[in-house]
Amino acid sequence: MTQSTRRRHHELTDIFADARPVIPFITAGYPTKRVFQDTIRAAVDAGAGAVEIGMPFSDPLADGPAIQLSSQVALEHGIDLPEVLKLTEDLRRHIDVPLILMGYLNPLMQMGFERFARRAVDAGVSGTIIPDCPVGEAKEWRAVSRDHGLANIFLIAPTTTDERIAVIDRASTAFSYCVSVAGVTGARGDVAASTRKFLQRVAAIAKKPYVVGFGISAPRHIKELKHLAHGFVVGSALVRILRDEPAKMAPLEAHRFIRSLVRAAK
Amino acid sequence: MAKSRTKQSKTTGRTFLRRPSRAGRFGVYGGQYVPETLIPALEQLTTDFEMAWASPEFRAAYRSILSEYGGRPTPLYEAERLSERLQRGRIILKREDLNHTGSHKLNNVVGQVLLAVRSAKKRVIAETGAGQHGVATATIAAKFGLSCDVYMGSLDVERQAPNVQRMELLGARVIPVDSGARTLKDATNEAIRDWVTNVDSTFYVIGSVVGPHPYPYMVREFQRIIGDEAKKQFQKQIGQSPDSLVACVGGGSNAIGFFTAFMNDESIEMIGVEAGGCGLRSGQHAATLVAGRIGVLHGSASYLLQSATGQITVPHSVSAGLDYPGVGPEHAFLRDSGRVRYISVTDHEALDAFQLLAETEGILPALESAHAIAALKKLPRDQKNASIIGVCLSGRGDKDLATVVNALENTS
Repeated sequence: MTQSTRRRHHELTDIFADARPVIPFITAGYPTKRVFQDTIRAAVDAGAGAVEIGMPFSDPLADGPAIQLSSQVALEHGIDLPEVLKLTEDLRRHIDVPLILMGYLNPLMQMGFERFARRAVDAGVSGTIIPDCPVGEAKEWRAVSRDHGLANIFLIAPTTTDERIAVIDRASTAFSYCVSVAGVTGARGDVAASTRKFLQRVAAIAKKPYVVGFGISAPRHIKELKHLAHGFVVGSALVRILRDEPAKMAPLEAHRFIRSLVRAAK
Repeated sequence: MAKSRTKQSKTTGRTFLRRPSRAGRFGVYGGQYVPETLIPALEQLTTDFEMAWASPEFRAAYRSILSEYGGRPTPLYEAERLSERLQRGRIILKREDLNHTGSHKLNNVVGQVLLAVRSAKKRVIAETGAGQHGVATATIAAKFGLSCDVYMGSLDVERQAPNVQRMELLGARVIPVDSGARTLKDATNEAIRDWVTNVDSTFYVIGSVVGPHPYPYMVREFQRIIGDEAKKQFQKQIGQSPDSLVACVGGGSNAIGFFTAFMNDESIEMIGVEAGGCGLRSGQHAATLVAGRIGVLHGSASYLLQSATGQITVPHSVSAGLDYPGVGPEHAFLRDSGRVRYISVTDHEALDAFQLLAETEGILPALESAHAIAALKKLPRDQKNASIIGVCLSGRGDKDLATVVNALENTS
């Protein structure tokens, strides 16, 4: 393992060292490159522990309306995979929290796993989340990721059996990502009663840290789940701020929102 | 089924007909590229299907609905005037258009809805392009008293209005999908999103040999009745096996269903016909196997129409049922192995074939099936009328009248 590889792995584990990190997700280049960059910097200023950058795909079947729309808009602006990597590299110069790329498998396959992994590492990426590549289909991508020192973060769902939770926990490098309810990404009103039970089940099995996402959109959600997860991902709620706020206000609003979540997680 | 796995080709000893591997693969194609939430449901479905398909009671129920309710066996019909006109050999039509609801889609839906009932699901969902699969699902859901939601791209809702009305009269809810290109691939995305959300209560009835394992395999098994019947009918009526088989390919379920019984007899040529739209060079087509590249969409690895950077491109065909940027993984395997030859015909050629079949035989084919008829002109001439050519006439054309009339007005 090279020094930089070790550093990247540590980076991702370190985010859990003395906090329960809030991890914002934003689709690359949404709503514009500029607002995207400013918003991420604002979110990091507000205390985000790591950042997930969405790689837009034409057919995002695990996403709800807010992120679907953001992908469509980003693609219309020409933000496909090569452009995502460029944007990420630019961003890397301005922020020092770990960067994670999240997106669908097909664009990675077309670039070639080797080439994508190399370019992602060059751009300063620490790991990837590929929602349509469950652990059973991930053999090749895991091997390439290992060679390049990229972390693999796999999803755990409420429908996942105990045996599978153990398998996923072993396969994930650094941490796993628990999907709070069966469904697609999107803000939801209340935390479902079943989510607590699900996270308790994961807690009893997982040896690595795990974060929770899908439907986390308010400080009270984090307060409710504070002792049941090691970190919190917020995506659709943030993307909606970018959709609804005027460009000038979006980074400010995002800052205020992320700060409120970070406080709730303390 | 275990028997068919070991049966080998008569001429080369190669085996083309196979069950997918345990990982759900035909060669390198297939798999389960879906969000984690669905993995346990797919594993359960695989077990449920294997058990049901091995059960004589389940098979009996499936067969009796298809015969007493659906009208099977469908006729094998020699199209003499069409043969006379085309001079390609004796053209024999497998009349899947005469199924209840007007297409082969019923075969698959009966199997899947029986499985839904067996696993106590009260709600079924489906995606549909031309509306034929949606109508078949709405029909069988009504027969079993299940609630039924059908996702349909809003562009298809416009161009296939009669089928929307049929589904609604059958008690189904048609949900127009406004995302993306507003056609079949987008309807499929939305149906998958629904299933991820309601996986405990809902059975997803996929309409073709696509999607994650076990769907491509399960749908093939439910559709193979087409070829199983035809094989006997060829012997009984024609007195010999066919020399060639021709079927249209969108996702590819009627073609797989027609070909499967004949797969290991390599003396039989098989031709899959894709939608060439405005021509391959125009980029406006849906000829996935002829012009696509390998990738992952809707849960499986197969050939896809996509950009250089892996975004799925918008296909085009005059036929809504072939207007899909992917294709079943078993077809991808059959293409690479060379067992099936895939060609494409254009919108124009399909429309001409529609008219030709109407005028020579008094049959209005679905525009999808018209592609298979159009492909006959690409076969070598056969003045002696010696070769036997089987064509799967997968559906009837009533749903396409508005499209055809419009297209003919525009070209005349």
